[in-house]
Amino acid sequence: MIEFLQQLGQNTRTGFTKLGRGTFFLFQTISGILSVLPRPRLVLNQMYSIGVLSFLIITISGLFVGMVLGLQGYYILSDFGAEETLGVMVAASLVRELGPVVSALLFAGRAGSALTAEIGLMKATEQLSGMEMMAVDPIKRIISPRFLAGFLSMPLLAALFSAVGIIGGQMVGSGLLGVDEGAYWSQMQAKLDFQDDIINGVIKSIVFGFIASWIALFEGYDAIPTSEGVSRATTRTVVNSAFSILGLDFILTALMFGDN
Amino acid sequence: MQHTNTQDTFVGLFVAAGIVGLFFLALQVSNLSSFTEHDSYTVTARFENSGGLKVKSPVSAAGVKIGKVSAISFDPKTYESVVKLSIDSQYNTLPDDTTASVFTSGLLGEQYVNLDAGGSDEFLKNGGQIEITQSAIILEKALGQFLFKSAEEKK
Repeated sequence: MIEFLQQLGQNTRTGFTKLGRGTFFLFQTISGILSVLPRPRLVLNQMYSIGVLSFLIITISGLFVGMVLGLQGYYILSDFGAEETLGVMVAASLVRELGPVVSALLFAGRAGSALTAEIGLMKATEQLSGMEMMAVDPIKRIISPRFLAGFLSMPLLAALFSAVGIIGGQMVGSGLLGVDEGAYWSQMQAKLDFQDDIINGVIKSIVFGFIASWIALFEGYDAIPTSEGVSRATTRTVVNSAFSILGLDFILTALMFGDN
Repeated sequence: MQHTNTQDTFVGLFVAAGIVGLFFLALQVSNLSSFTEHDSYTVTARFENSGGLKVKSPVSAAGVKIGKVSAISFDPKTYESVVKLSIDSQYNTLPDDTTASVFTSGLLGEQYVNLDAGGSDEFLKNGGQIEITQSAIILEKALGQFLFKSAEEKK
């Protein structure tokens, strides 16, 4: 019993210490962004490996999610004779929720895990210490550009996801199931508000991009420098990112769409 | 150098695609294209009961949307619902004896304010008031009346 309590206390303390290190790391990263700005090449290279290489998985998943929404929505809405509102349903669920959330989860799985593994390995092979020896700050040279690239890529990826999904829903809805194309778009335009829906979706994706990049980079930077430590850190990145994204999504949704 | 060049191109394509996606969402999906906040003027209508009317509900005349509800409040003196209608200023020739009624589009649809033009020569102005109003039909009330009436008839 005593041992259990000791263990509990120990774990809690380790958890808080880690959170503290993470916050410190975040401040260092953000202040490192200033010294990255004169060297956009670093960010550009990272945007290639974070953004461009995630492009395919995001668009294809978006297309299929939109198509499934179109199909399922049609079956349910046609029971009420309201197939015409299919566009509203597909677009609202994509723009408000699925676009930011699913693309952030995919982003954490595709780009976040790669970032953690890369930085963890850099640490394990002592490249980071090597840089410090050469008086190069690894935070400024390695971490901040990746953070900025993730932060910039995420809203673009989420917007692409939603846009492709809405087109996918339209393909299934009016191409396959015979919902009127004009009604699909016009009902959508009548119901979705630029401020309330689109901008809030973009804000969500910015927050998720921030969180997912932070967790991925910190887990890599904080990994135990062994092959097992790196593999654990990669797992933690995906798990913690998923938790934080879904939890934050609930809070953001409650704040943004509360009074509807 | 060649390698970096193709990378640049891909990053450029990616950013362009993302921005196109955002524009697509803004223009094609949301109401931004019809959002061009025309100048509008506000008139007030007092309803005995405004039913399920909400802020942003459409205001239409002859089936065409000409404005939206900008505020709804309760007047504690007259026990009426005070609904502010903001109407596009290109439709500034509504007679001042226009009737406002709360209708429902379809059986389950949302509620909207319908304006029926009257015959007066004076037009409604900004800050004006619509005198003739017709409340929302509350389904429960109508059903209750109907049941009461049929019970009366049986006696």
